[in-house]
Amino acid sequence: MSAIGLKTLIELLYLLSGVLFIMGLRGMSHPDTARHGMFYAEFGMLIAIVGTLMQREIVTYDWIIAGLVIGSVAGLAMGLWVPMTAMPQRTAFSHAFGAAAAALVGISEYYRHTGHLEPFKLGALGFEVLLGSLTTTGSLIACGKLQGVLPGKPLVFKGQNVFNMTLMAVTVGSFVSLFVFAQATWVFYLMIGLALVFGVLLVIPIGSADMPVVMSLLNSYAGLASAATGFALDNKVLIIAGTLDGFSGFILSILMCKAMNRSIINVLFGAFGSVTEQTGAAQTGEMREMALEDVATQLAYARQVVFVPGYGMATAQAQHVIRELADALEERGVTVKYAIHPVAGRMPGHMNVLLAEANVPYSELYELEQINPDFPSTDVAMIVGANDVVNPDARDNPGSPIAGMPILEVDRAKLAVVLKRGKGRGFSGLENPLFFKEKTAMLYGDAKDTLTRLVQAVVKL
Amino acid sequence: MNNVLLLIPSLYVFVLAAFLGYQVISRVPPLLHTPLMSATNAISAISLVGSLVAAGANYNRVSTILGFIAVICATTNVVGGFVITDRMLRMFKRRPAPGKKSGEA
Repeated sequence: MSAIGLKTLIELLYLLSGVLFIMGLRGMSHPDTARHGMFYAEFGMLIAIVGTLMQREIVTYDWIIAGLVIGSVAGLAMGLWVPMTAMPQRTAFSHAFGAAAAALVGISEYYRHTGHLEPFKLGALGFEVLLGSLTTTGSLIACGKLQGVLPGKPLVFKGQNVFNMTLMAVTVGSFVSLFVFAQATWVFYLMIGLALVFGVLLVIPIGSADMPVVMSLLNSYAGLASAATGFALDNKVLIIAGTLDGFSGFILSILMCKAMNRSIINVLFGAFGSVTEQTGAAQTGEMREMALEDVATQLAYARQVVFVPGYGMATAQAQHVIRELADALEERGVTVKYAIHPVAGRMPGHMNVLLAEANVPYSELYELEQINPDFPSTDVAMIVGANDVVNPDARDNPGSPIAGMPILEVDRAKLAVVLKRGKGRGFSGLENPLFFKEKTAMLYGDAKDTLTRLVQAVVKL
Repeated sequence: MNNVLLLIPSLYVFVLAAFLGYQVISRVPPLLHTPLMSATNAISAISLVGSLVAAGANYNRVSTILGFIAVICATTNVVGGFVITDRMLRMFKRRPAPGKKSGEA
């Protein structure tokens, strides 16, 4: 085949692959079509790889094959054996990998063309390497926090924001100076080092409860780094796929921020959750404990029960027992629903995946707006390991740090039962007035254990 | 300065993909946000395309090694991302109908 013919064929394959990616993501608009859609996307990826391997620039295949084999084995191992509860860590980890790949390609390109890059290509490369580097370290820190290797609490020090801003300014400054001093290659490598440090500093002051936003944002960065790679290599399919990913992450971050009624700036620089001293009057009243048997009776004779899962459900691995309890209740004719807050858990959609894993049909999972009107007619709301997302202060107390955050209004239910490990405060360190309300009952102990005993009690009734 | 013109088609693709992405992604229900994230993650590992060229083109030793590492990273994401997305999506089920009629949408 002539060189031009081959080039055309490869470009057409890339075009096809881009179309398949879009069709794949379109399938994601419904759970019934999602799997089908993913086959399109996988096929698109295959076509892109085949097209690339046909390129004339590629002369040796040793490194390629070795890389593909190692990567496939690692990916397969990760894909098959990572438990669903570890999904946030895994996702953060793969953001790091994706960003690293983009950064490395950028560095390799820069190294190859050092000194004689056209400005726009230099710009794209710089952007790619900058975003790629900071996303790599940022994602690794996020992964460490989610895995519990690093402390989940925000790490703050005096003058942090000023320091970070200065670091960012210097990083951007070195980026700009690349255009002026084209021969000063050390500036490029300095920029990478700074970006790596900046990535770490960007994520350490963010508390675990804010992770859904951070995850989405890192997702977006990783995608944009890929898109920038496309600009640098003049490869359109890279631009399409990277942009899709970038915008997906961007949309998710906006949704997550809305679900907390906070701005992205506030999430990134607010060091939320480090606050230990709360303003406002201390809660008066007592938390009422309820006997397990009484809760079981309430559940068994209810007409409607709504489960409200939070991150505590994930840590206790309680999703399967919840399903068992729900089954026992449904058998008695109780209507069971699940209320999912957008930021419950550590990443967007976290609770949905865990409940789906426990075989809960998705028709029983309700979003915030759908379920809130239902609470007044709900007999029992079971709060399993959720705290801030059911804190009525967000609605009632304008002085609360989470004021304005949309909540699941479990306090409107006839009875709210809170499953909680102990009497301590939630992750954000906020007092939750829900626990002191008259219609609230507390059940202390490990959620999984408590639920197991509830199932037994309900079955006996 | 003529080369700047080469940037324009890429810019077109970027801007149109951004609009399209916004439309397509906005329609994804919160139910599927976790699989969406892992799917887009796998898709954005398309930087594999660039890595393959760097690893196989024999430009110089440094480029080859950087490309090789990038191929490993990107392939891990592609394979891992798609496998795990499928694993998740398989779990999302409708209510198991008492009969044997599962509705197709």
